Amino acid sequence: MEKDKFNYFIKTEKNNWEVIIGLEVHAQVVSDSKLFSGSSTKFGGKPNTQVSLVDSAFPGMLPVINEYCIEQAVKTGLGLNAKINLDSIFDRKNYFYADLPAGYQISQYKNPIVGEGEINLDMPYGSKKIGIERLHLEQDAGKSIHDLSPDNTYVDLNRSGVALMEIVSKPDLRSPEEVNSYVKKLRSIMRYLGTCDGNMQEGSLRADVNVSVRKKGETKFGTRCEIKNVNSIKFMEMAIDSEAKRQVELLESGRSIDQETRLFDTKKKETRSMRSKEEAHDYRYFPDPDLLPLKIEKSFVENLKKKLPELPDQKKDRYIKKFNLSPYEANVLVSEIDVSKFFEEVIKTADIKLAKNWIIVELFAILNEKNIEIKESPVSPKNLAILINQISSGNISGKIAKEVFEIMVKTGSPADKIIEEKGLKQQSNPEEIKKIVKKVIDKNSEKVSEYKLGKVKLFGFFIGEVMKISAGKANPKLVNEILKTELKK
Amino acid sequence: MSDLNQNTLTQIANLIKTKKISSLEVTKFFIENIEKAKKLNSFITTCFEKSLKDAKNFDKKKNYKGLLPGIPLAVKDLFCTKNIKTTAGSKILENFIPAYESSVTNNLWSEGAIILGKLNCDEFAMGSSNETSYFGNTINPIGKSLVPGGSSGGSASALAANLTPATIGTDTGGSIRQPASFTGTVGLKPTYGLCSRWGIVAFASSLDQAGPMTKNVEDCALLLEAMSGYDPKDSTSINKKKEQYSKNLKENVKGLKIGIPKEYRIDNMPKEIDNIWNKGIDILKKSGATIVNISLPHTNYALPTYYIVAPAEASSNLARYDGVKYGYRSKKGKNLIEMYENTRGEGFGREVKRRVLIGTYVLSSGYYDAYYLKAQKVRKLIKNDFDESFKKVDAILTPSTPSSAFKFGEKTNDPISMYLNDIFTVPVNLAGIPAISIPGGVDSRGYPMGLQLIAKALDEQTILNIALTMEKAINFKNSINRWWEN
Repeated sequence: MEKDKFNYFIKTEKNNWEVIIGLEVHAQVVSDSKLFSGSSTKFGGKPNTQVSLVDSAFPGMLPVINEYCIEQAVKTGLGLNAKINLDSIFDRKNYFYADLPAGYQISQYKNPIVGEGEINLDMPYGSKKIGIERLHLEQDAGKSIHDLSPDNTYVDLNRSGVALMEIVSKPDLRSPEEVNSYVKKLRSIMRYLGTCDGNMQEGSLRADVNVSVRKKGETKFGTRCEIKNVNSIKFMEMAIDSEAKRQVELLESGRSIDQETRLFDTKKKETRSMRSKEEAHDYRYFPDPDLLPLKIEKSFVENLKKKLPELPDQKKDRYIKKFNLSPYEANVLVSEIDVSKFFEEVIKTADIKLAKNWIIVELFAILNEKNIEIKESPVSPKNLAILINQISSGNISGKIAKEVFEIMVKTGSPADKIIEEKGLKQQSNPEEIKKIVKKVIDKNSEKVSEYKLGKVKLFGFFIGEVMKISAGKANPKLVNEILKTELKK
Repeated sequence: MSDLNQNTLTQIANLIKTKKISSLEVTKFFIENIEKAKKLNSFITTCFEKSLKDAKNFDKKKNYKGLLPGIPLAVKDLFCTKNIKTTAGSKILENFIPAYESSVTNNLWSEGAIILGKLNCDEFAMGSSNETSYFGNTINPIGKSLVPGGSSGGSASALAANLTPATIGTDTGGSIRQPASFTGTVGLKPTYGLCSRWGIVAFASSLDQAGPMTKNVEDCALLLEAMSGYDPKDSTSINKKKEQYSKNLKENVKGLKIGIPKEYRIDNMPKEIDNIWNKGIDILKKSGATIVNISLPHTNYALPTYYIVAPAEASSNLARYDGVKYGYRSKKGKNLIEMYENTRGEGFGREVKRRVLIGTYVLSSGYYDAYYLKAQKVRKLIKNDFDESFKKVDAILTPSTPSSAFKFGEKTNDPISMYLNDIFTVPVNLAGIPAISIPGGVDSRGYPMGLQLIAKALDEQTILNIALTMEKAINFKNSINRWWEN
């Protein structure tokens, strides 16, 4: 089969424009407490109930680094095949805003904890490596709430000080589709590692998207615009497409692009200017004097490396080799850690080939229809395994199995119980089937003659008749064999 | 009955321990002194009700285990004190009452001390004369028209006037040693990281250090022991066992090498300062020390370096005073930005604004490398100077300040000349090492002048011991007639 070709260009009458995209992903670190304080990071608490004196920047309060967050950042770095910097520095990024209590955010500027790495994407046109520029740790700000009152803005500091990893890609992405794939892969890796839950609804994963365009074939980058704080993959794709088109339109009409920060309007589906380069903040970065330079021992990194779980790419290779799956199938099963967990649970007791088909086709259809995650699946791995085993042992046909599966989705009951209660067990007694077959032959003597004269297509008709009488329970394989023998007589 | 106006901290502690006097009696005595000294304006806040209650409680329980049993103490208003107003000398924190206690003051109360009140200081510790305080000038007990020095001016004034048997200050560029020098008292700036910064209103985080201010060296050792110690809440706190400075205090100079840095003989320094320095050198020689001429070649750059690093950090540290969460908020302004501008414009004084502006400037993109980064490099060179010297000598002797106490208003319109007053103290903060100022004598007008002893990091004991020897030989006595009580 010929591979699909990459084909995302903004096409105009004059030109094909290539779109260059780089992503700054902000991923919330999975950790019970904040980056520099002991407050809880739990989502959804009452406003300002998870705020320490440090988080609210009271006079004389000092940050103390949460070592677990360091561990999480290093693990993520290792998952991105990145260089771990044993020496890194926390800097202050200074700006005024009501939800930034200290007037500065503690971040990492020139010396991040993780350096260059890469992520492998499986695109329909082949695999593609996306470079990672860096990963650094920083504090999240609080939340300003503007819509509770017409006259006031309220500030919730529960999120203030929560640890974020900012993961900066190289400008290696070329289409919304690649961005989709990149974010999903990144999220998948972090979920495998347990370093970020990737929950975009709760804001655990959001991105600033840098977009520029250039004519196909050119090597110099165009002027880029940064679209701030996009919080769903769909919006990222839409924002890129609309921003790229806007830039192309400007350039083709002879104007130039202003380097600026833009926002994506999710209602109008277009980006609009937030602030120009002239209005850009001067963050006055400098090393935070309250914190010593961060030094990590080599052994600390080595230890984490040893304890690293199997990551999506490795798991995929293993599935292909060990389970004889196609790269596509393997990819589908490993892309979400919960899917691979589900799969591995099912194949503990059930046939691999049936298991992968049932998960990829039937189960996914149900999850899609209900718009739920596999974690919330109404059919447990154990129950799916039972169903598959009923097929393997010949107790039910594939067709009946689908019927049983539907009932399982509705009731959550195990397959064997449903089969028993509904009497769906397959008829596999040759004598009983022979009786039915004979009945069908006797009833349709005319058709039998036609068949014997060469109208072999009628075989399907006989099968249908047998199945009808057996209420679909007759073992199709046996019916086939017995029918053939009887028709020869 | 002893005269509490003559007794030292150590003596009072012993009097209480031997039950010759109760904590309540001592506390009442100092409260009376404070009430008679309103003219000095050394206090911003007093909390006598609490002081008396705590003293009574102490006398009931009589726990003499602490280093400061039942001792009433006033502290600089830069230390956050639980349920007691903490202003940092600023309008912007005029009504700020912390719900927490700084680690250092907490250490004092754990050792048995009792709080008397909060002492005046330059706004956010930015100043060398206490004239930048929002709460008015503090007067030097040495003379009505004299500044007490700064920024721990209220502390020095209260100590010299015996409104507290000892006190604590903070020293970012000389804020303990310079006022000690101006008031004829003893002040020590410990090694950076020896005393926790947790709960101290921050000025310049990489330089700020709390330290004792006392009547003599013996008290200094005792108070340093009480206030210091590792604190996991401060990432820059040094994790080591607590030293017993008091127990290990002894006159011990014989065989020690004392460095005299040539760069500290600056142009236009009053002859009297030079004389006192030479007198100090003679005393050390006679006590058996070897005098070694040394060079600290980057001394000249210390002041400009300091006035880049300190304002840079301050501009960021003071960003939190924005009217949003606590402290003063201006009622003027139509939006958030205007509220910020008005709050900070009305809440901060001139000197604080000056330094916030300098700090913001030197950190700005395009200027960062030329100023802040270069200053950090020079800072390293200054530290190296000291490191090199301490390979050759055990301690360094210098004057504490280039002048004795000056008059109110004398330098307020000339910030540079004000900044120059810190010329001998600032290099020590940049290097993160300890230094003590002890009275060296008086000038022709009878104003005290201090001598500074500098040691390598964590070598407080060495300078305490040398200071003890010198103190005995100098035999300085402040001639204060308690004029403010009339």
